[in-house]
This record gives sequence, C-alpha cells and structure tokens, in this order.
Amino acid sequence: MSDHPETNFDLEQRITAIVKEYGAKPSALIMILQDIQKHFRYLPKDAMEMVAKKMRLPLAQIYGVATFYRSFSLEPKGKNHICVCTGTACHVRQANVIVDKLERDLGIKSGQTSADQQYSLESVNCLGACALGPLVTANDVYWGNMTVSKVDKMLAEVRGKKTPRTEEVA
Amino acid sequence: MTPAKLDSIQALEQFRASLIKQRDSRKTIISVCAGTGCQACGCQAVVNAFRTELAKANLENDVELKATGCHGFCERGPLALIQPEGIFYQKLKPSDAKLIIDQTIVGGRLVNSLLYREPISKEVIKHQADIPFYKKQMRLIFGKNGMMDPTSINDYICLGGYTSMVKALTTMAPEKIIESMKKSGLRGRGGGGFPTGRKWEHCRRSPGSPKYVICNADEGDPGAFMDRSLCEGNPHSILEGMVIGAFAIGSNEGFIYVRNEYPLAVKNLSIAIEQARELGLIGTNILGTGFDFDLEISRGGGAFVCGESTALMASLEGKMGEPRAKYIHTVDQGLWDKPTCLNNVETWANVPVIIEKGAEWFSKIGTDNSKGTKVFALTGKVFNTGLVEVPMGITLREILYDIGGGVSNPKKKFKAVQTGGPSGGTLIVETSDPDIHDSLVAHGDIREDEQVKSLLDLPVDFDELTRAGSMMGSGGMIVMDSDSCMVDVARYFLRFLQEESCGKCVPCREGIVVMLDILNRICSGEGSMEDIRSLEQLAQVITDTSLCQLGGSAPNPVLSTVTYFRQEYMAHCVDKRCPAGVCKDLVSHAIDETCTGCFACVKACPTNAIVGEPKKLHMIIQDKCIQCGACYQICRHDSIKRIKRGDGDKLQQRAKERWQAPVRATAAASV
Repeated sequence: MSDHPETNFDLEQRITAIVKEYGAKPSALIMILQDIQKHFRYLPKDAMEMVAKKMRLPLAQIYGVATFYRSFSLEPKGKNHICVCTGTACHVRQANVIVDKLERDLGIKSGQTSADQQYSLESVNCLGACALGPLVTANDVYWGNMTVSKVDKMLAEVRGKKTPRTEEVA
Repeated sequence: MTPAKLDSIQALEQFRASLIKQRDSRKTIISVCAGTGCQACGCQAVVNAFRTELAKANLENDVELKATGCHGFCERGPLALIQPEGIFYQKLKPSDAKLIIDQTIVGGRLVNSLLYREPISKEVIKHQADIPFYKKQMRLIFGKNGMMDPTSINDYICLGGYTSMVKALTTMAPEKIIESMKKSGLRGRGGGGFPTGRKWEHCRRSPGSPKYVICNADEGDPGAFMDRSLCEGNPHSILEGMVIGAFAIGSNEGFIYVRNEYPLAVKNLSIAIEQARELGLIGTNILGTGFDFDLEISRGGGAFVCGESTALMASLEGKMGEPRAKYIHTVDQGLWDKPTCLNNVETWANVPVIIEKGAEWFSKIGTDNSKGTKVFALTGKVFNTGLVEVPMGITLREILYDIGGGVSNPKKKFKAVQTGGPSGGTLIVETSDPDIHDSLVAHGDIREDEQVKSLLDLPVDFDELTRAGSMMGSGGMIVMDSDSCMVDVARYFLRFLQEESCGKCVPCREGIVVMLDILNRICSGEGSMEDIRSLEQLAQVITDTSLCQLGGSAPNPVLSTVTYFRQEYMAHCVDKRCPAGVCKDLVSHAIDETCTGCFACVKACPTNAIVGEPKKLHMIIQDKCIQCGACYQICRHDSIKRIKRGDGDKLQQRAKERWQAPVRATAAASV
C-alpha cells in the first residue's frame, strides 16, 4: 500500500513530468528528488522506486543520495515549516534562545514534526542572511532580528493562517 | 526590446549603442535593494509602494524604479539609492515611498529623517559614497549591484557588460588570457587561495577531453553570504567570467552548482543564462567567433562537504557528495573523470574585471602575495553589519572600526573575530583583558613583562591570516563581544562539522566526535586540564590524517581558541565558571539593583520563574529557572546578570538591600 495520498497513476504522471523537465541524466538526480520532495513534503518510497526505474539508476544510489543530503526527508514533514538559522552569526546573537522557545511552544524538538503534522521545526546551519541574525523562516517568509517576543507574533501569524505579511520592519 | 540573436561583435556593439541611446543618463533612478537581507526586512512592500506612488504622481515615465541586488549595507535595510545624485535612504517603510517622491523627486529636497546619521557625531550624510561604511571599500565586483536590475541583461550590457568577453574572444589567444590571469596574481576566493592562472594552465594542458568548467556557488559556510549576493545581484558577471575561462581552458560545457537554500540566486542565475542564450552570448558560435560554450545550473542538496571540489563533482554526477583523495588532480580527472576547472563565484566574477582593466592594474591592488579585493561578510556583534569589499592588506582595525563602526552594544567590549568559518579560527582583538595576558603567559606565547600584541593591526590577506592561526576561507567575519564564550564557539563549530562530515574517513568521522565530547564536558563543568591537552593532541592527528579539507581544518576553531583564550578554557575546567555566561550548566541568572520593574522579563520567562510587581525590583526564583536566557535577551536595562552557577541568590539578596536603601533614605529626607 502506498504511504502517500496520490494514486499510483497520478504519481507516475507527476514523476514523469518532473524527470522530463530535467532529463533523465544522473546530474539532475538531486534536482528531481528536490522537486518530488517539494510536492509531497518528503520522499515517498514509491516515488523513489519510480525514479530509479525511469532514470535507470540503482535504487541503492537513489536511497544513498536521499539519505546523504540534508535537504531530503524520508518522513513526511509538517504543513508549516519553521526553520531557525543557527549559523555562526545567528549563534553569537543567541539563536539557541529562539530554538529553545520554539521547541517549548510547539512541543517538539528541533528536527521533529508535530503529531498532527501541522508543524515541523528545523535548525539549519546558514540561511545566508547573516546580517539579520538571529533569523527564522516560517513557510519561507524571513523573520530577521528575532527576539523571544517576536516569536509569539510569528507563531500567531502562522497559526492564524493570515495572509503573509506585507511589511515587517525589524 | 530584445533583438534577435547577436551573431557578430558589431551586432553586440550596435545593440549596446542603441540601448544607451534610449536611456537618458539624467533620468532619475530609484534603486531599492532587493537582496535576501532586505527582503527579510520587507523591501518588497517598499518596492510596491514606490510603484503605486509613482503611478499616482504620473511619474512612471520620468523615474525608473529598479529592484536591484544586495547593496551590502544589510544593517540599514530596506534601503534605496536615488541616482544620479547618489542619495542614500535607509530603514525604509512602505509609507516613506510617498515622502521620497513628494519631497526628493518632485520637490528636490532631502528627507532628513531617512538619511544615514553617523552614530557618534550625529552628522547627517547625504550621499552613499560619503558614508563611512562605503568610504573605505573598493567595490570592484560588487559596485554594479546597486546599479542594475539583475534580471535585465540590457542593464548589464549598458554598464559595459560582456566587453571583457569580446576582448578575450577576439583579441587574446587562450595562452595570453592565462598569462594575464597569472600576472594578475588572482588567487581562488573559495578559501584555499590557489593561484587561478596556474589552475587554468594546468587544466588547459591536461590531455583529456571534453573539459568542464564549474562555478562553485555552494556557499555552505555559516556566516558568509557574498556568493549568494553576487549570484542574486550580478549573475551576468559570473557567466561572463566563465565564458572567458572556458575559452582559455578549451572547454565547451559548464555547470553552476548552487545551494538549493538560495532560491533567489537559482532564479536570477537561470534568468541570466536564458537571456544570454537568447542573445547568443552563450551557446554555439558565440558572436560569430566560432567558440561554443553553454552551461547549466545544478542545485545542491545542502551538504557542507560539497564545497570540497571532489565532493561537489561527485554530487554533480548524481552520487553522494563524498570527497576523494586528490593525488589525481581534478584539473586532470574531475567531473566524469575529465579535466575540470572549478572556481568559486567570486573568482569567476573577478575575471572580467582583470580582462577589462588589465593584469597590471589589478596586481597593483592588494599585498605582495594576495592581489585584488576580497568581499567579507561582516556580521555578529558589530554596529554596521553587511557585505564589505576591501582591498587585500587592509587591517582588521579598519574593517571592524572604520567600516564596521565598532561593537554594536556600546556597553560591551570587542573580544574576538572569527574568520574562515568552520575551517578558520578565532582571532583575539581585545588586548586589555588581563585574563588574556595571563593566559598567553601561561602558555609561553609571551613573557610576563610583554604586552599582548593585538591582532587588530593585522593586514588581512591569505598569508597573514594563516600565519595568525586562522584562514581567509570564503570570507565570513563574525565579530564577538564579551558576551560570547570562546569554548562554546569552538564547540559550535565542531558540532557543525560533526553533522556535516561525510563519514568516509575515520579521523574525521570519529575524531571530531571525540573532540566534541570533550568540549561538551568542558562546557558542562566536568572538564579537566587533561582534557585541554587531549584536545590539542587529537587536533594534530585529525589535521594530519584526514582525507579532505573538511577534516583537515576541522580542529582549527579549537586550536585557535585554545591558543588565544586558554584562560577561558581554564575557567571552565578549574573554576567551573563560564566568564561570558553562556554555558548553561555553569550559569545562574539573577536580577541586580538596576532593574526598573518594567515587567518585560516576567512576560518572557517561560517557566514563570520571575516574580515582581510593576515598577518594583523583580526576582528570579532560582529553583524554577531553566537558564534559557530569554530574560537576558529581552532586558533593555542590562539588569539581568549571568553569573557563576549558585551565586544567583547572593546577588539578588544584595540587589534587594540596595534597592530598598535609597527608598528609605528618600523617605527619611521627606520627613
């Protein structure tokens, strides 16, 4: 039985489309897997088997790549993805306080997904906007110069499903 | 207007001339920085507001609005530059757009409240070029960022783009280009500092075929974001450099390996490649010269080790990003075992500059062995954070004080600066601290009567940084003040490297874990002096025996902090104290008598450990406190103190007595 909501037919169509976009060459493997992950929020087993078949690569290589790189996940991630940057610049500006706060508020540890699959919390090594540390992204919206009190504001926005803010001046 | 494919040099020049003719050089341009940093503080709303206001004022045809790449001064974002005057507005809100259009564009007056104000003299500065942050910079490769829309090839061509490529393809033989690169003294900006010309020459001479060129835009180094800003802000300069390089080496195919975490960089590079291909600036028979070169983007999977050339190539081949030993050079057998020339983003972007201005001109900038400029990402506890491009040989003092404006919290002191990321080291900059003096004496680095030599006057270049125990790396420069614990910083980097180690070779896989264990022990107060010695021994073995540079340089952050901050390690091991108050297990939080009773900390405390009434001295119930530091971060009065574990109650008791004392005195006086 498949572990994702799509039927096999839909899945095959989608993967055919993604593989076609990049071409079935090994150099595109990472990008193909990224696009699949973007759609499903993880890499379903069926999808990887299909990719192996379409690209004529051993399944072991697909799994190797999927488990080696940080950006891939074999477990479904939450609907809302919160990512705390813990790069050096953010670290010296006490990003750990923010991670602690989010772990407490969401009730999950960094790297985990909440049981209701609503939230994933992750700490990453650098998001490349170091001048604004500590930095958090919530569903790809950047929140710079984070403080404990701003976390509440951010979570309220994520929970309230408000339209993405148009203005956020640090 | 996009013309058909340009099939000759003349066609390109005609196209450029027509573009320049269409443009009025006196036309007002509003360039709003739309780099990722400014996007994080809401620049998109500012751009939209400008667009709406321009339409309302009917100025759409008279004023050009550009959303450009990073201007560098991230601290002050969102920012806008009004050209041709060069007026610099900062910290903009969407509502400011109307103000700027009414007052500056229409009225010809400045909006004083939006100008940069020198923090010490309070002097208002009008032009970008006069702001201290920009004044000492030399923006050879970053200068164009603020002048062009990165998604418009026309903008780049107007600014003289692709002239270097034409010059190289038509007037220079490949050997001459390589000679020119060698003469310029350009060294790889990815961190290793290998001479670029020599790499190209070796790759050209290598017998294999086909040959590949690769741009390494996998900037995994925490604390560095210059590659990202270049890819986002001026992608064509990278393409131009790569075409020149490919021509010199004899390659017809290239790759740009970009981090997937940089979506805007991927987008802008893709647009640039598409546009260049449409115009015939890449592809088959470029501008009728008979030279073919095309390139594609490959998105990375987010592994730090893929910054290592052999690992990156494995990743490009669709495998796990594991490095291999380099007894066979990648310039001989790289991607798919073919000769491959891999350079960093910044290196490629330097190529058109060298071809345009000449090797001799370029080699006059910088120091004896490090030529040209280097972009640093100045971040951490410094007043002006952002990207700075400076000539090599500039001193740390000039970067940190003149450009950086000093430490961000005036109540704290400069302590150290970390360069080179996880491969680099932490350098001491504060020398008046007696602890540091004692530490160096104890370690035998200086004599008892000798003064600590500050590294503030260290000229920054490849060799000087290496000599001081750090390295250039990709150019991250993270400033730390007295609130940063150096043992914790070392531990931070090791944890990073342990997570990122690919696990292929034993010294790196196992050694880093053991070092990290020791540091965890020290940070939790269970370390001993013996542990510091073990760290030094392990460091030596890992450096000597690791397969690639990730492991080879992994001990650097530890070694440099042990050298410069041995006293801090000793405080952790012997006194069980963290002088900076960072290591949770060694710290108590307490409130002193400067508390104003503002209630901010009470609200922030997750465990309700802080009690107090409004406008009265607050107290932390030590048993409830989990040392999360939320109160410390939020307090505006510096009233929360991080002190030695167990001393919290004592400090609070004293605070209570002192807090009550003046109240009693006033009460007595009024009677």
